[in-house]
Amino acid sequence: MVNFGFLLGHYNYWAVVVLFLIGLYAMIVKKNLIKKFMGLNIMDTSIFLFYISMGDVEGGVSPIIAHGGGSDVIYVNPLPSVLILTAIVVAISTTALALSLIIKIYEEYGTLDSDRLVELM
Amino acid sequence: MKIIPSIFILFIGVMLAAAVAGMPEFGDPNSPANTHIVPYYRENSLEETGVTEIVTSIVVSYRGYDTFGEVTVIFTAGTGVIALLGRK
Amino acid sequence: MSESLFGEDVIVRTIARLVAPFIQLFGLYVLMHGHVSPGGGFQAGVIIASSFILLALALGLPESKERFKKTIRLPMESSGPLIFALIGVTCILAGGYYLQYGIAFLFPPAVVSAILISAVEIGIGITVLAMIVTIFYAMAGD
Repeated sequence: MVNFGFLLGHYNYWAVVVLFLIGLYAMIVKKNLIKKFMGLNIMDTSIFLFYISMGDVEGGVSPIIAHGGGSDVIYVNPLPSVLILTAIVVAISTTALALSLIIKIYEEYGTLDSDRLVELM
Repeated sequence: MKIIPSIFILFIGVMLAAAVAGMPEFGDPNSPANTHIVPYYRENSLEETGVTEIVTSIVVSYRGYDTFGEVTVIFTAGTGVIALLGRK
Repeated sequence: MSESLFGEDVIVRTIARLVAPFIQLFGLYVLMHGHVSPGGGFQAGVIIASSFILLALALGLPESKERFKKTIRLPMESSGPLIFALIGVTCILAGGYYLQYGIAFLFPPAVVSAILISAVEIGIGITVLAMIVTIFYAMAGD
């Protein structure tokens, strides 16, 4: 007997797991270096989604203290947003650096296929 | 469709699904992530930092070292790109 | 990519030229309201950088570089960490810890803290803007 309440209550985690596996599959199976890196970015996105969705509070509003806001207002968790802001910037930096390395590899060897690169090196 | 990578991915997926069983529900206000230090920020960030947005107060004030490292990371990444491709 | 992606298309060139200043204005709004509304240095830097990328795509790379010269970009790239570190050291000199903004200097600590947080956001925005544009120019080629 499948517990549908459990499945529905954790639907954000299922989305995260599926995205993570898609990214991991692309990283392992694809031969093109840019496609491998797109897989890594998809995995990044799944981790961002994991953190942000973990900080959600039912019925919460964005964590901005309105002037004289009372204590009865429910805010969502601001801490995952902060951590993911850091992670997004790091992801952008690694993407930029990796893409420029890929450009240099293509200029040097004329291919982006990882098997061909292993033979050529 | 490669067989061995697919089996490996399936194995990882089963382990992640088993880990999901121990996670709190979506939107649960009493989950550990929502009860540890966040109430402190909610109560005190306006008096301590004078900023009404809690995210900004944490980014720049409570986790200022973190953000300083983050600015250094993007600066270093840009330096690396310039070193690899040349400044155009 | 020395030429525009859209050739001499009048509609694309005119709209890009008209929209770019408003994108930059919106970026400045996000930068200056980072402490009362969603936003901040990182977001504002990326928004303003996107206007230069739009100009490069619509008008061609040389025209975009003409509007954001290397001599301006070079100091902007490194000034963000410098502003951040200098504000941290200023907090030490005023009697606090490194990056402890809540110091009492002419104003109550909360007001000083809000001002210094805005200054730090501006420093972050400058570095992110210059770095994103520089990375785009380096990858787009000559």
